[in-house]
Amino acid sequence: MASAMISLASATPSASLSVQETLMGKTRLASGCVSTLFNKEKGKPSIKKKSFGQISMTVAVNVSRFEGIVMAPPDPILGVSEAFRADIDVKKLNLGVGAYRNEELQPYVLDVVKKAENLMLERGENKEYLSIEGLAAFNKATAELLFGADNPVIEQQRVATVQGLSGTGSLRLAAALIERYFPGAKVLISSPTWGNHKNIFNDARVPWSEYRYYDPKTVGLDFEGMISDIKAAPEGSFVLLHGCAHNRTGIDPTPEQWEKIADIIQEKNHIPFFDVAYQGFASGSLDADASSVRLFAARGMELLVAQSYSKNLGLYAERIGAINVVCSSADAAARVKSQLKRIARPMYSNPPVHGARIVANVVGDPALFDEWKAEMEMMAGRIKNVRQKLFDSLSAKDKSGKDWSFILKQIGMFSFTGLNKTQSDNMTNKWHVYMTKDGRISLAGLSLAKCEYLADAIMDSFHNVS
Amino acid sequence: MDSSSVFANIVRAPEDSILGVTVAYNKDSSPDKLNLGVGAYRTEEGKPLVLKVVRRAEQMLVNDNSRVKEYLPIVGLADFNKLSAKLIFGADSPAIQENRVTTVQCLSGTGSLRVGAEFLARHYHQLTIYIPNPTWGNHTKIFGLAGLSVKAYRYYDPATRGLDFQGLLEDLGAAPSGSIVLLHACAHNPTGVDPTIEQWEQIRQLMRSKGLLPFFDSAYQGFASGNLDADAGSVRMFVADGGECLAAQSYAKNMGLYGERVGALSIVCKTADVASRVESQLKLVIRPMYSNPPIHGASIVATILKDRDMYNEWTVELKAMADRIISMRQQLFDALSARGTPGDWSHIIKQIGMFTFTGLNSKQVAFMTKEYHIYMTSDGRISMAGLSSRTVPHLTEAIHAAVTRVG
Repeated sequence: MASAMISLASATPSASLSVQETLMGKTRLASGCVSTLFNKEKGKPSIKKKSFGQISMTVAVNVSRFEGIVMAPPDPILGVSEAFRADIDVKKLNLGVGAYRNEELQPYVLDVVKKAENLMLERGENKEYLSIEGLAAFNKATAELLFGADNPVIEQQRVATVQGLSGTGSLRLAAALIERYFPGAKVLISSPTWGNHKNIFNDARVPWSEYRYYDPKTVGLDFEGMISDIKAAPEGSFVLLHGCAHNRTGIDPTPEQWEKIADIIQEKNHIPFFDVAYQGFASGSLDADASSVRLFAARGMELLVAQSYSKNLGLYAERIGAINVVCSSADAAARVKSQLKRIARPMYSNPPVHGARIVANVVGDPALFDEWKAEMEMMAGRIKNVRQKLFDSLSAKDKSGKDWSFILKQIGMFSFTGLNKTQSDNMTNKWHVYMTKDGRISLAGLSLAKCEYLADAIMDSFHNVS
Repeated sequence: MDSSSVFANIVRAPEDSILGVTVAYNKDSSPDKLNLGVGAYRTEEGKPLVLKVVRRAEQMLVNDNSRVKEYLPIVGLADFNKLSAKLIFGADSPAIQENRVTTVQCLSGTGSLRVGAEFLARHYHQLTIYIPNPTWGNHTKIFGLAGLSVKAYRYYDPATRGLDFQGLLEDLGAAPSGSIVLLHACAHNPTGVDPTIEQWEQIRQLMRSKGLLPFFDSAYQGFASGNLDADAGSVRMFVADGGECLAAQSYAKNMGLYGERVGALSIVCKTADVASRVESQLKLVIRPMYSNPPIHGASIVATILKDRDMYNEWTVELKAMADRIISMRQQLFDALSARGTPGDWSHIIKQIGMFTFTGLNSKQVAFMTKEYHIYMTSDGRISMAGLSSRTVPHLTEAIHAAVTRVG
C-alpha cells in the first residue's frame, strides 16, 4: 500500500504546499490527493492505476476529492451563542457575542433605522450596482462623522474612503493593501484583542505580533508594557489601536496616555491603524469617542481607520462600514483609493447598497441625525447603568474587600472580569451564564433585572473555583 | 511632491475595464449616448428596473416589526441557502435529498467564486483552474488572488462566431487530471455562445473520465432562455451523474438585485459527511473576509422563492426581461440586414443571454465611442439589455460605419 501511495502522490501535478497551507501548518496528508486511496464508503479499495500513473475514473467517481478535509473547530465567539441557544434552562444568560440588547434582552432595531428604511421604500430607489468604492453619499458622511466635517484632512481631500463590509471587511481591505504595498511590514495587535483580528491578518498574509495591553494584576492597562513593545517593534510597523471601548477588555487609554502613544508611534515612524467599531456607543458621544483618532490626525500623521456601523446604528447584519486612509496629500489619497478598489473588485466587486443608504439617510438628515444621537445615548446609558448595578451588587455581596471598580472604569460593551478559563466554565456549567473563556462578558446582553443573579455567579466562580 | 508619505510608492490604478465603461459614459454629455457596457438590465425606456415582486417582498420585510438585524450565521440565511440550492439543482435533486450539498450565502457571483476559489486553494490538490477563452474579465483576478494558477481552454471561434468545440475538447483533454474547470452554466459572458445539450454531455463525459472538477458560474439562470429549469440543465447534468462540483449563483440579474450583492456558493460532495466538513472549512474562509453576509438581499430572495404566488410572479417578470432581450437581438439583426451592413450577423440571434460578441475589433469600438457615443467594452461585447427599439437605429448606423470605414 505504501508504494502505491507514493506513486499516486507523484502522479499528481501540483505537489507543493500552497503558502496558506504552510501558514496554517497543514501537511500534505490533509489534501484530497493522498486520501483518494481510502474508500471509506464502500469498504473496499477501488483503485485502478493505469500504467502511466493516472488515477482512473472509477476512483474519481467513488471517492470524494474532499475526503481528507477535517471538521473545522467552531468560531469561539459565535459558538457561544450557539451553545446558549441549545441550553433549555430558564435562568440562562447570554453574555457572549457583542450585540446590543434592550432591558427585556431583546434585539433592538433603532427607530431611525426603521424610519430611514421606510423613506427609502417610499422613494422607490433602484438597486443598481454601487461603484466599487461604494455609495458616495455614505463615504462622505462616514468620513465626516469620524473626523468632523470641518477637519483639515477632509477639507484638503486627504482621506481615501472606501465602503467596506462592516469592520471585518474594512480591516481586510486594509490588510490586503498592507500586504501588497508594505511587504514584510508587521501589524502590532494588542494582547488581548478581538479574536478575529489575527485571522484577518493571517488570511491576508500580513505578519503580526502582540504588544502588551491588559494587566491582570490591576485588571487595567499595562501602559509601560504597551509603550515598550511598540517602541521595540521594527520601524514602519502598523499599530492596531482600538479607537474606543477596547474589545475584549473595555479598557481604554486616558487622553494623556493617547498623547504618549502618538509620541512613540511618531518617533518610530509607525503607522497608526485604528479599529473604530463603537463610535458613539462607548461614551454616548460621537465626537468624544472619535477623539483618539482626531488626536492622531491633528498631528498630521498618516493613518488608517476601519469603521463599523454594526453596533452604533444596530446594523449588524447589513454589513456596513468603511476603510479610511488619511494621507499626506490629496494625490496620495486618490492613488490609495484606486488601489483599494483593485482589491475589492476580485473579492466581491462592489459593496451592498442597503446598509449604506440607511447610514447616508440617517446622517444626512438633521432630524434623523439628532434622533440617532438620542438613541445612541440611550443605548450607551443603559450599559452604564448596568455596569453601575453590577458593581453595586458585587460590592454589597462581596465581603472579601476585592475591588470591583474596574467594572465602572471599563467602557463600552465588554468587561474583562478577570475570571480565568476554569472560572468561566463554572459560570456556564453551573450558572448557565454564557461568555467567552477569557473572562469577557458582554454588558449589552445584561439587564438590570439580572445583575443580582450575575453577581452571585461571579462571586461563586471567583471565590470558590480556581 | 509626496516624499513624506508612506504611500509615495503607490501608483494610481487604472479604472476597472468593465465598470470603467460606465464611468466614461457618465462623463459624456451627448444626448445620443448609449451605454452598452455593464450587464445591467434596462427597460424599453432605458431605465433600471426593480421587479414588482421584489418591491412587494421588500415592503413586506420593512413592514414586519418582528424582524431584527442581528448578525446572520457565517454561512448566511438558512432559508435562502436551501431555496437557492433547490433553484439551481432542482427541488427533487438526489444530491439535496441526500444532504450532499453545502450551500453558503455569499456576495453575489463574485463573492461566491472568490470563496470557492479560496477554499480550493487551501484544500484541493490540483491548484490549476482552466477558464474559457474569452471569459468575464474579473475571473482571472478572482482566481489568481485566491492562489490558483489560471490557464485557458479554447472556447470562442472568431471565424464562426460560435463555439470552438474541438479546441475545447482538446484543451480539456490535455489538462492534468484533477484540474478545476470553470464552466459558464448558460449565457456565456462575454460571447453569448453556449454548448448544445449534446455538446454538454460530451464535455461531462470527458471531464469525468479525467477527474476534472467542474466549477460552474451561474449568473443568468432564467435569463438566458426565460426558463429557470432549462438554464440549469448543464449543472443538473453533472450533478445527476453522482459526481462532485462547485456552483456559484448570482441573483444580480435574474432578480435585479445587483447592488444588494446576493448569491450563493454550493459544493456538491460525495457524501453528507464530507459536505458538512467542507461547510465548516468554508466558514474559516468567510469569517476573516467579512464575518457574515448581508441580510437584506437574501431575505428578499427567500421571501419570493418560498411563496408560491410570488415565485410565479417572478418567473413571469423574468421571462418578460428575457423576451425583451431576445426581441432586441432580432431587431438589431433585422436592422443590420436591412441596412445591408457587410458580414454575417446571424450570430446576434444565435448567441444567448445578455451579451452579444459582435466581432468588432477594438479600433472599431473606439471609433463607435468617439463618433457615435456608443459605450461598450473594447472586446466588442455589447449588452443587449441596454438596447431599446428606439436606440437600435443609432447602434445600427454606428456598426455600419465602423465596419465600412474602420479596419
